[in-house]
Amino acid sequence: MDTFKAGCAAGFSGDRIDGVEPVVKTLIDEGGHALIFETLAERTLALAQLARNQDPDAGYEPLLADMLRPCLGDCLRHGIRIVSNFGQANPPAAARRIRGLATELGLRAPRIAVLGGDRLDRPEQLDYLRGALPDGIDTGRIVCINAYQGAQEIADALRAGADIVVAGRVADPSLVVGPAMAHYGWSADDWPALATATMAGHLLECGTQVTGGYFAVPGLKDVPDMHRLGFPIAELGRDGGIVIGKARNTGGRVDAQTVKEQLLYEVHDPAAYLTPDVTADIGQVRVTPIGPDRVRVDGVRGHARPATLKANVFVHGGWLAEAEISYAGLQAEARARLAADIVRRRLGNTLRLRVDLIGALSILADDGGEMLSAHPHGTGRDIRLRMAAAHADRGTAERLLREMNALYTCGPAGGGGVRTSIKPRLNSISVLVPRDLAPASWSFLA
Amino acid sequence: MNSQTATPTPRPTTAIGPAGAMVEVPLYRLAHGRTGDKGDISNISVIAWREELFPILMAQLTEEAVGSWFAPRRPARVTRYPIASIAAFNFVIEGVLDGGVNDALNLDTHGKALSFHLLDFPVLVTPELAASLPDVHHP
Repeated sequence: MDTFKAGCAAGFSGDRIDGVEPVVKTLIDEGGHALIFETLAERTLALAQLARNQDPDAGYEPLLADMLRPCLGDCLRHGIRIVSNFGQANPPAAARRIRGLATELGLRAPRIAVLGGDRLDRPEQLDYLRGALPDGIDTGRIVCINAYQGAQEIADALRAGADIVVAGRVADPSLVVGPAMAHYGWSADDWPALATATMAGHLLECGTQVTGGYFAVPGLKDVPDMHRLGFPIAELGRDGGIVIGKARNTGGRVDAQTVKEQLLYEVHDPAAYLTPDVTADIGQVRVTPIGPDRVRVDGVRGHARPATLKANVFVHGGWLAEAEISYAGLQAEARARLAADIVRRRLGNTLRLRVDLIGALSILADDGGEMLSAHPHGTGRDIRLRMAAAHADRGTAERLLREMNALYTCGPAGGGGVRTSIKPRLNSISVLVPRDLAPASWSFLA
Repeated sequence: MNSQTATPTPRPTTAIGPAGAMVEVPLYRLAHGRTGDKGDISNISVIAWREELFPILMAQLTEEAVGSWFAPRRPARVTRYPIASIAAFNFVIEGVLDGGVNDALNLDTHGKALSFHLLDFPVLVTPELAASLPDVHHP
């Protein structure tokens, strides 16, 4: 049987959408099997649910058609299966949009599978969760609850002939595990095989983060042609090895360093990387460069999957207010500090305020402001004051914006460039749920 | 975290103790790494540029040392996972994100920048080794 190959063309909702063509061209030339798009960060799903609440036909990846237009025809012609969580909070609507796109493009009607079971909204599910959630969570403010589903239903849909699998919440690596299971006929308890496929999926799921994105430090870790980074392609052998490469004729780099950084990205215990499919163990993993932009990863071990599924609960979390104003030249930093002090004294204890002196101390400081207090007053001459606050009540949060705006006339000399923003916040809580509370399902689009 | 670490230029290599004994170099000369986040937990990988640097990091880049380095962000717990087969460590730092993307007021709610704070951590090495380590090349 030929070696399974999968490419990835998106690492998050908002990723570049022009990376797909070189990936698909490489997959065609090399006999690839699957193309994945990962578009569903934790928070993205809650935002999609809010969009669906406004419009029952919305709630899937907004760039869906733009992502698929350049590749749908080639994938259907060459038998490259498309597997993605771009269904977000509304997989059936995404599937209908894809069918419409195929018609627009004059293509044959694709067989589209829709995954379900991730969304927990039935009364018995909510009853269970009310008992499992920490005290103080107002269940009336819940936006959505979704369980991370696994690869089994993806594999089943592909075995039944799906050209495209549209998922909502599934574990990101399962987007690769599913087609690999279908390709090799692996059973759902072949832990070593599933663990290796899981780490292949883990390496692909963030797109260019394994091919030179999120890596470059000029003069120390240079990456060629970052304006046209190649998206990654993984080969998964029957023998338990992964080879990571990238689309041909693209920028970026794949070497031991880029692969090791991504291997550990968002991992906690390397001996127990938990997904719905398996417990993957990279405690003895090996990473070996085997050619230009080609790296072999082996030594992944697998253990039985966890007994429970992880579910994310999103609740409305009030309002985040942020505002900025700039000072330049003589005593700029002192003027920015004075401005912050004025706003503090105006607002008293109404809001918990965060103060950043962009250009002096911002990103590494703490919300409590201890670092800023301890930071010696400097002589920065180009400083942007940023203040932020959160509050359950919009009007209260907006007071910060009004005070910052008033600094134009009531604040220190020469303050300019005020920008303000107020955004709703979403809070998330993770809970573990029994598998039988959230059975996964799939069906072909009728 | 302090004025020294907020400075983007590399710290000069300075001798401490008796001449010729050990010198202090920033971690980025021995290792590279990146930050990931889940909720209020940050994980930072530290990957030795060369295998023989791994034991030096094992001895000096302890959970206690990393906890102290991040002390102003008040981490609740630091756990170090060494992965000798790739000469790397995974540091899991809990409670360091002021609540993470849920609650933090920081611009960088994910803590994406935190690996670059750790990469300034001072490591003691021999002058001979220091001379062989990679450094930022200014064209």
